[in-house]
Amino acid sequence: MSSRRIVVPFGPQHPVLPEPIHLDLVLEDEHVVEAIPSIGYVHRGLERLVEKRDYKDFVYIAERICGICSFIHSVAYCQGIENIMNLEVPRRADYLRTIWSEYSRLHSHLLWLGLFADAMGFENLFMNSWRLREKVLDAMEETTGGRVIQGVCKVGGVRKDISNSKLSEMVKDLDILSSEMEDLCNVFFDDDTVRHRTKGVGFLSKDDAYKLGAVGPTARGCGISYDVRKTGYAAYNDLDIAPVVETGGDCYSRCNVRAKELLQSVDIIRQAVANIPDGDVDVKVKGNPNGEYFSRVEQPRGECIHYIKANGKKNIQRDRVRTPTSANIPALVKMLAGCEMADVPVIVLTIDPCIGCAER
Amino acid sequence: MSYLTKSPWIIHYDASSCNGCDIEVLASLTPLYDVERFGIINTGNPKHADIFLVTGSVNEQNKEVIKNIYDQMPKPNVVVGVGICACSGGVFRECYNVSGGVGEIIPVDVYVPGCSAKPEAIIDGVVKALGILDQKYKALKEGGGSN
Ligand code: SF4
Repeated sequence: MSSRRIVVPFGPQHPVLPEPIHLDLVLEDEHVVEAIPSIGYVHRGLERLVEKRDYKDFVYIAERICGICSFIHSVAYCQGIENIMNLEVPRRADYLRTIWSEYSRLHSHLLWLGLFADAMGFENLFMNSWRLREKVLDAMEETTGGRVIQGVCKVGGVRKDISNSKLSEMVKDLDILSSEMEDLCNVFFDDDTVRHRTKGVGFLSKDDAYKLGAVGPTARGCGISYDVRKTGYAAYNDLDIAPVVETGGDCYSRCNVRAKELLQSVDIIRQAVANIPDGDVDVKVKGNPNGEYFSRVEQPRGECIHYIKANGKKNIQRDRVRTPTSANIPALVKMLAGCEMADVPVIVLTIDPCIGCAER
Repeated sequence: MSYLTKSPWIIHYDASSCNGCDIEVLASLTPLYDVERFGIINTGNPKHADIFLVTGSVNEQNKEVIKNIYDQMPKPNVVVGVGICACSGGVFRECYNVSGGVGEIIPVDVYVPGCSAKPEAIIDGVVKALGILDQKYKALKEGGGSN
């Protein structure tokens, strides 16, 4: 039988992915020959808002680049401005930023594990991941006031302190949470159905990952040991971190990386709470920034860059953001070429696409 | 509180939301809030849906998509705009690619404020929408035209 090529549109409105991305899947029978992405459905053009907002207020916009990695975006932005202005942030603020960043990672990874299970049709696992995620959100809400958008980071430090007694309470809660998370992760590691849908699916070689510039768990799942937290921003240089690396390069490995990073995050929070110094949490900020800085952070999805250029006015000139999803889309296109049609949702999810970030 | 004799199904579209409201919509479906106990189910097919939940603001490229989904839904139906972006464009109102809230494109029955809108507020909004849906059904039965 001679095969005929057809094009199946995937998205922008699709049950598997709450976010709008459109893929033209070129099929030959059940095989995907090529996937052509088109984006722009979520584009708002918020980078240009730097021209209209005071540089201190732009933190709120930076947080709203994406509601999932929002806190870490605000850290990246503030860090950039602070470096331009040579501000010394109090060490306690650095630690608090680290703790909240890891909480965001926990909620983001649990969210992803749930969506991933949902993409495979494993409803129960989806519900259980999100049940655990609510506990992380509770801790966020108690300490910052916001569930998904915290609004707690500001230029010069953070807006709120967490008392030491509250911190140790949080660690106790995490102990319970981490044993529940272990149970959850074991399903992802050992369940037959999950293995069947993910092992050997959506393969990306280490070379390709490197050449296409993949970042975060997508790269670490292919054996590239690259984690921006190792560069030691915020309080990470005081803590003991080893990047989680898997070598399979398939959906299973990428899932494993994220599952293991859950426990790593808990460990980082524990270390941070044990070492946190006392003192103020913010410094007074005077004047306007003048200069440029290239601020890098590790988002749950990988390396995120804020390039900030200021010229001594109250509005900065440029805040160029490069988010992990933009970096991972070429890798995704590579993974999709040659896969089975039925695996497309699973593969698309393994790069943890965050279109809100990618298009801003 | 409004009652409906059928299970209302929801379709959710992320217009140009930052994901904040999106994940709260999903969170409403999961064990802590669990709107499924009211018979509300999130469907992917516009032809099965009674309630259209839109998060985020409208821009040039997604205008057509929103209209398209809305047109495919059986009548009568209701539209719920979730989050301040869907209401008016919110913090992004001045962005060059934002034309405003969802109301610019399709008629909206209920607006849920908040940035991000909390699951409690979203559920409240949906329950309100149920009441409106009920009225629309009644109007339809009495021959007063739909929507
Ligand atoms: S209302 Fe706020 S949280 Fe919701 S989509 Fe808009 S910016 Fe994001």
